[in-house]
Order: sequence, then structure tokens, then C-alpha cells
Amino acid sequence: MGARLSDLAAVIRSKNAGPFEVTVDILFEDEAAFARARQSPALTPKAIADAYRMPEDRVLDILFYEPARAIKINLRRAASSGSTGDTDVYGAQHYAPLLDVQIDDA
Amino acid sequence: MTAVHPERPWANGVEAVRILAPLGMLGYGYPLAHFEAGLARDPHLIAVDAGSTDGGPHKLGKGVGIVSEAATRRDLEPMLRAAVERGIPVVVGTAGGSGSRLHVEWARRIVAGILSDHGWAARVAVIDADVPPDRVVAALAEGDLRPLRAVPEADEATIRACPAIVAQMGVEPIVAALEQGADIVLCGRSYDPTMFAALPIMLGFPAGLAFHMGKILECGAQCAIPGAASDCMIGTLDHEGFVLEPLGPERRCTPTSVAAHTLYEKSDPARLPGPGGDLVLDQCRFEAVSDRAVRVTGSRFEPSDEYRVKLEGSAPEGYRAICIAGLRDPQMIARLDECLDAVRKATQEFGGFAGEAGFGLNFLCYGRDAVLGESEPLRDAVPHEVGVVIDAVGPTQTDADALCSLARSSLLHYHYTGRKATGGNLAFPFAPSDFQGGPVFRFALYHTMKVRDGLELFPIRWIGEEGKVGRAAE
Repeated sequence: MGARLSDLAAVIRSKNAGPFEVTVDILFEDEAAFARARQSPALTPKAIADAYRMPEDRVLDILFYEPARAIKINLRRAASSGSTGDTDVYGAQHYAPLLDVQIDDA
Repeated sequence: MTAVHPERPWANGVEAVRILAPLGMLGYGYPLAHFEAGLARDPHLIAVDAGSTDGGPHKLGKGVGIVSEAATRRDLEPMLRAAVERGIPVVVGTAGGSGSRLHVEWARRIVAGILSDHGWAARVAVIDADVPPDRVVAALAEGDLRPLRAVPEADEATIRACPAIVAQMGVEPIVAALEQGADIVLCGRSYDPTMFAALPIMLGFPAGLAFHMGKILECGAQCAIPGAASDCMIGTLDHEGFVLEPLGPERRCTPTSVAAHTLYEKSDPARLPGPGGDLVLDQCRFEAVSDRAVRVTGSRFEPSDEYRVKLEGSAPEGYRAICIAGLRDPQMIARLDECLDAVRKATQEFGGFAGEAGFGLNFLCYGRDAVLGESEPLRDAVPHEVGVVIDAVGPTQTDADALCSLARSSLLHYHYTGRKATGGNLAFPFAPSDFQGGPVFRFALYHTMKVRDGLELFPIRWIGEEGKVGRAAE
């Protein structure tokens, strides 16, 4: 049995980190859920690129920050914030493709 | 160093610096009762951020902000009263929205207006952050200009196309203004934590703690639960750590809420590059000191070998016109791509627009994939209703208007396969249906540049006779 990332995490959000990157933060209430997610094959660069239907080189980092039990994913924007062709000036809705990602049991 | 103003709250030395952060963005509004509760704690400084790159590149390009003059005035007035009546300095960062000269002057007029209306006298330091294009071109030639990650290289033409270029100041010019007795410091583009960090660094407290506290306080009470940019916080910094506490009684800070905010809007939570060095947070500890206050320790500042500042510049991309329309016909929604391709082709055949240099035509299909574009996992689901935004860009506003109009009429009357509704394909919610978006910009400069030191690019202007602005000044 697995769980959807959105059921496992306490916070899933995205925002610009500067006008050329979007940063996705996934925060967990408890250590066990954090540990389970950070080991998941669903959160590798390849899997994230697939979830976003983007080339893998646009997945810039997958970072872990223990003090906040957080996973941070940085994506290179297709168009810089507010330029022609951009669809999300603040990058605030770019977490959506991760909501349904399946995280397997540990 | 200039003698300390005798009535300054830190005149007799301090064990800990208390900083009042009324809100996360000047103009968003904050509860005055919480501000008063903050003043009752005898803060040494009031600091507020007034800008960001968040709203998009047009702010810097056009010299406009995202909050009204009335809202800015309303938010500033209680702070300036505290500066004048209690001698608590007020530092405003990234004045006017983007911190170029136009923005700073807009904010300066508001400050002068408040002081003048009340007959208040204050010593106002204005710190500009504009960088002359020649300086940037010279840096490019010297190899001193570096794009940040994911940012395209800039050439001389790009640099010169930017109506304004600003650099993010560090603490140095703000420290200079405070040392020279400023009651109010109005800063051009500033690295977000600096308006909070300058005073503690000036007083000899550790830079790492000062920057980290500033990084959190610049967002107001967003690090609390429930989070809000439009509420007050107080931060207390000593030589070993700092404590954050929301001033709204319904909010609380927890170690997790503060740690989580440390990640916010940053690509690497462990290392945050800034003017003159990096804020390093890999050894941070977050501990509850009460059920609503959190103490942070372990934040470090690592000065870099060369002093680099971040530059921002917006280059024009043309002009925009848009049309908003709704689709409710299942036949057409099922064939939407076919329809949009046909319209794109029609604009090329009849108008000679799309594909030509300086023109661009996008269709944002809300209800299908407008938000995520090619990243939308549910793109192939067929919705019952779609909102289309026709987004036309051209070299002049007239060109953009003409392209938008042609695309709109083509889509309205396009005869798709199986069409039965021959009265028209679109429901327009508004008349007129088309809107002018004005000039469009892109961030063309998001680079670091090597500078001599933290003061090189940031001259201080003193406003008012002998530095005092009052009734006589404006």
C-alpha cells in the first residue's frame, strides 16, 4: 500500500526563488513520513521530470532540510517570471503535479 | 565613527537588540493594536520591506509598484510617528516596489507628505540603488558580471535596453546612514534581510544571526501559525541567538513554523548567498522558549573573498493586449487545438502578424492547461467549460491591439468540423472584450557583479534642510 504525497505531507507549496526558478517545498509533520518520502523512488530527478512532463535537466535540485522536515525541489522555469509565455508569475501553483505522486510504504 | 545620537534607544549600549517588524510588505496593512504592543516592548528599530521581484519585471521596467499611495501612507504614518516621537529609527527597504530611483522618489514624496502634514521634523536618509549602464557594461568587459543559475547571459545591447538597473544593497550603506543619525532610512533596492540586520551588525552583534533574523522578519508574521504578511512580529537578538514572537495574540511561532519559513522563496535553505557573503544555516537549531516564541541559534555568515552584489534589470519585450472569452460547446472544446491552430494560421495569412519579429500570440485555456502549460498531467481530460485568454504581444500597443482583435474575431467565427452553433463560438463576459496590457518586460539582468565594497553603488542623499524634513521642506 502507498499513499499520495498530498496525504503524507503537511505542506506542499511552490513559489519563485528568483524570477528564473520555481522552488517546491514539501513539509512533513512527523519524522516517519519525512523519512518515507525522502527515500521514495517517486522523488528522484527522473520521476519528478516525468511528473512535470519536462526534460530532466530542468529539475535543478532535490534537497533535504532536516530542521523543517522538508524536501525542496528546484525547477528551471520554462519562461522567466512575467515574461511573454509565462503562466504563473509568482510560481505559486506549480506544486500541483506532485499532489498525486504515490509514495510507497517504507 | 560619528557620535551616537544621545537619545537613541541603544545610546547606553544594549545586551540585546529588539526589532519591530510591523508587516511583511509595506502597503498590505497591519493591526495598530499589535503595533502598539510592539512599541510597548521598547524596540530599538522598526524595519519593513517594501518591494520584491515577485510581482514581475514590469515594476522595475515601468517604475511602478503593486500597492497604492494611500495604503503606503496609512502603513508608514504610525512608524514615522514612532521615529519622531520616540527616536526609534525606521528603515524601509526596496522602497516603492522595486527600489529604482523612480520608486524611491515616489516613496520619498509620501514620507515628506506625512512629515509635512504633521509638522514633524526628521532626518531622512535616502539611499539610491541604481547602477549606471556604463558601470555594468564595464563589468561585462572585465568578466565581473555573472548570471545566476538558469539565467541567460546578457550582452551590451541587453544591458542598455533596460530602463533601470538596480543592485541589492547590503548593510553597509544603511549602517552609514544610521551612524550619521538618520531617523528614517529610505532604501532603494535592498537585499531583503538588510534593513533588519544593519543595526545589530553596527552594534557588533553576529552578522549570521542578524541576517537570519532579518530574513524571517522581512515577511512579517508569515513564519507564525496562522501565517500572515499583514501582521506584526518582534525579534530579540543577542550574541548567541535570537527569539521571534508574533504580536498578534491569535498567532504563535513553533520551531517547525520558523524552520519552514527559513526555506521560503530560496533555492538552498542551507546556504543563502547575499551581498558580500553567504548566510549558512546548516547548523541551525530552532527551540521553543514558550508556546508562542522560538529561539534560533547556529546561523553563520561567511564573508566571500570578493564583494558581489545582485543586479536586476528589466528589458522591454513589446506591448500586450488580451481578450477574455468562455467556451461551452462540447464539440468545440473537443476540437480546441484544431481551432486554435486555425486561428494562429489565420492571423498569419490575413494580418501578417504571428511569427513576425516582435509579435507573439498565446492562448491560455483555463479549465484545461493554462496554469501549468505543458506540465499539466490532466491536459487530455475534456472539460465542460473552458476560459480562453487571447494573449497578443506586438512591437507597439496598436500592433498588439490589432493582433488581439484579429485573433478574437477569427476564433469567434471559426467553422470547426461538426459545428452546429453558427451564431458564434465565444461568450464574452465583458464589453469591450479586449484590454490593453501596456508594455511587457522580462528580467534580462539577474546577475551578480563584483564591486569595490558594499558602499560603492549606494550613495546617501539627506533630505530637508540640515537633514530635517518638516513643514518647510515641501
